[in-house]
Amino acid sequence: MCDRHADPRQWFEARLEPLLDRLYGTALRLTRHPDDAEDIVAEAVGKAWHRLDELRDPARFDAWLFHILSNTFISEWRRRQCRPQPASEPDASENLDSGDFTLFQQLHQPFLLWWGSLEEQFFNQLLQEDLASAIDALPDGFRVVIVLVEVQGYTYEEVSRLLGIPLGTVRSRLNRARSQLQKRLWGQAREAGITSSGQGGTPS
Amino acid sequence: MTPRELSCEDVIERLFDYLDRELDAQQAEEIERHLARCRDCFTRAEFEKRLRARVEAAGTVTAPPRLRQRVRRLLDRFEANGSDDTP
Repeated sequence: MCDRHADPRQWFEARLEPLLDRLYGTALRLTRHPDDAEDIVAEAVGKAWHRLDELRDPARFDAWLFHILSNTFISEWRRRQCRPQPASEPDASENLDSGDFTLFQQLHQPFLLWWGSLEEQFFNQLLQEDLASAIDALPDGFRVVIVLVEVQGYTYEEVSRLLGIPLGTVRSRLNRARSQLQKRLWGQAREAGITSSGQGGTPS
Repeated sequence: MTPRELSCEDVIERLFDYLDRELDAQQAEEIERHLARCRDCFTRAEFEKRLRARVEAAGTVTAPPRLRQRVRRLLDRFEANGSDDTP
């Protein structure tokens, strides 16, 4: 591995290259649009290159770069919202979701069937494309929180700081995001021919 | 201090806090102790873990070749112009 100070370009690229798919994928889930995702990644890479001297612990390069990516996205997102609030409230109809839908209740059977469980069937038929479109269909305020927590691994406290929203709002948005996401996945599963175990009642 | 025995309701209520690593060591241990002996909660936890892993995987998408080229060109430009050329 080359020396960071002797050849910073080679050092930087050697670390950047294996992260590009994750950087692009994360940016795509955050922005939903391939062109915007490319812009965010390019901007984040540029910022990282210019701030390379600020990286004290080279072992933390990945986390540092993803943090720059998140901040780049959030700045752009706020700019586009053109509002004084740092993160917009999802609209009223979205707030009607109580956040208590669970896919597990629809699929789980307390006994084993000879042809296999519905849960297994669900995972076997869940295409990555279906999952991506279900995440992309979430309202901005919900989608960003679930991506920051479940894809990027931020703590609730970190998300609260990044987005400038109270911790309780992070929790409630995350809860509703999960509920809406699972409801959409359940809709897709039914279209694919999976029927409810009858344990969880009828989803709205 | 005697460890607290959690009910299934307590565990399900805090399951996502546990999966998101939001609990302290003692709280996480209480959940794990319950999951080790309760099949229903264990099955639910495994389901949510599996779904969470799939959501995480949705954050990896093959970067288009033009993005790779754009990044290379950007670094070429920055290197040629020195540190004054901010993005």
